[in-house]
Amino acid sequence: MRIEKHPILSFTEKKDIPFTFEGQEVMGKEGDTIASALINLGITTFSHSIVLDRPRGFYCAIGNCSSCQMTVNNRPNVKTCITTLEPNMEVFVQKDKGVFK
Amino acid sequence: MIQTDVLVIGGGPSGLCAAQLLIESGFKVILVDRSPVLGGQLVKQTHKFFGSKEQHAKTRGFDIANLLIDPLLNHPDLEIWTGATVLGLYPDLVATINQNEQYHKIQAQAIVVASGASEKFLAFENNDLPGVYGAGAVQTLMNQYGVRPADKIVMVGSGNIGLIVSYQCLQAGIQVQAIVEAAPQIGGYKVHASKLARLGVPIYTQKTVKKAIGKDKVEACEIVSLDDQFKEIPGTSEVIETDGICISVGLSPSYQLLDMIDAKLGYVPELGGTIPLIDDNYMTSVNHVFACGDGVGIEEASAAMMEGYLTGLAVARHLNQPHPENEQLMKQYTNALNTLREGPFGYKTNVGIEKMKELIRRA
Repeated sequence: MRIEKHPILSFTEKKDIPFTFEGQEVMGKEGDTIASALINLGITTFSHSIVLDRPRGFYCAIGNCSSCQMTVNNRPNVKTCITTLEPNMEVFVQKDKGVFK
Repeated sequence: MIQTDVLVIGGGPSGLCAAQLLIESGFKVILVDRSPVLGGQLVKQTHKFFGSKEQHAKTRGFDIANLLIDPLLNHPDLEIWTGATVLGLYPDLVATINQNEQYHKIQAQAIVVASGASEKFLAFENNDLPGVYGAGAVQTLMNQYGVRPADKIVMVGSGNIGLIVSYQCLQAGIQVQAIVEAAPQIGGYKVHASKLARLGVPIYTQKTVKKAIGKDKVEACEIVSLDDQFKEIPGTSEVIETDGICISVGLSPSYQLLDMIDAKLGYVPELGGTIPLIDDNYMTSVNHVFACGDGVGIEEASAAMMEGYLTGLAVARHLNQPHPENEQLMKQYTNALNTLREGPFGYKTNVGIEKMKELIRRA
C-alpha cells in the first residue's frame, strides 16, 4: 500500500518496474527494494523456516536479520530488504537453505 | 588488492563525518556501505533534531543526511561504494567486500568501523510471524520507500524510537492501536508522548506483548499486565486487533566485524550491550583500527556525528598528518558532544563510558 498523502514527505509518481513473484507478473516502482515492492503488493511471506516450515517475512530492513532472504534470478539467500528492484527480476519464496550452483 | 589510506566502513552519520575530516586532512579514503544509499538511518528520519548548530538542530533527519553527503560527492580523494557488504576484516588491515557479486579486497593504513547498530528482539510466542517488524524497519518502509507495511500497529516499547515511529505511522495513515511499555514509566521524551496522547493513542505502562496471533501473518496481539517484578499478572490478558506489531526495545551495537580481528569487547548495558572497547582517541585494542557512532554505544545521531568528526581527527593524528585545524575542531566537537551528554539520557552514556574505561583498566 503506497502512501499518497503525507504531511512532510512528497512521494512523486515513479516509473513502474515489472517483475515476477512466484511466476506471476507484478509491478513495483523505481527506487523500490524487492522487499518494499512485495510489501506494497500485500505479500508478507518471503521465506519459510528450514525445520518447522514457519512463514518468515520482512523484519529489520537493514540486511541484518536474514528473515527476508529469497531466491532471485535463481540465486538463493538474496537479502531483499537491501536489494534494489530491477526490471524482470524473478522472485521466489525460499523454502530451503539454498543450493550453491 | 586495492590500497587506500583509510577505509571507512559504514556511511551513516558517524562514518560520513569521519570521512569528511579525513579527506580534509589530505587522505585517500574509501567509504563502503551495504545499503544502496548513503546516510544510514538518517535517510528515514522525518523528525527535526534537537541539539545545537553543530548537529544541525531543527533540521529533519533526511535533510541532515544530504548536508553530510553533498560535500563528499565527486571528491577526488574519496571513493564511495554503496551496495557493498563487508564480509570479513583481517588483522593486516584488510577488508573483504562483496559488491554487485564482485569480490574485492581493500587494504588500508587505518580502518574506521562505523557499523551502527541493529534492533534488539523480544521473546514472545509467534514472534517470527510476518507482520512482526522492527520499529526502524517500519520507519524505513514508510519514510524511505513510501510503503505502508500494515493498516494498524501495536508498538512495543515507549523509548524515543517507539514514540517517534508511532507518530510517523499516524502521519503515514497507519492506525496506532496502542503503545505498550513494560516499565512503570514512559521511556522517551515527554514531549513526544504528550503529542501522541493528544492524538488519542493509548500508551500503556506495565504491559507487554505476550503473543502474536495469526496463521500466516499477524492478525492480533495479546497483551498482559506486569507487576513491579515484570512478572505477568494472571487474568489481565487483552487481545488487540492489528496486522502489525512493532518491536522497539532498544538497539545493539554492531561489533561483529571488530570481533573478527579479536578487538577487545566488553559488556556495558548502558551503551547497549556488547561493545568494542575504545580509548580516548576512538581506537580499538587493535592498532590502526578505530570505531565510532552507535557501534560503540547507543546514542542519538547527533552524538554519532560528533564522534565521527572526532574519530576522523584522531585517525589523521594517528597517521601523523593532523587536520590543519585539529586543535580548534577537537575542542569544538568535544564541547558539543559533552553538551549533548548533559541531558537526562546523556547520564546513562556517561555512566557507560566510565564502565568501559574500567573494563580497559582491568584488561
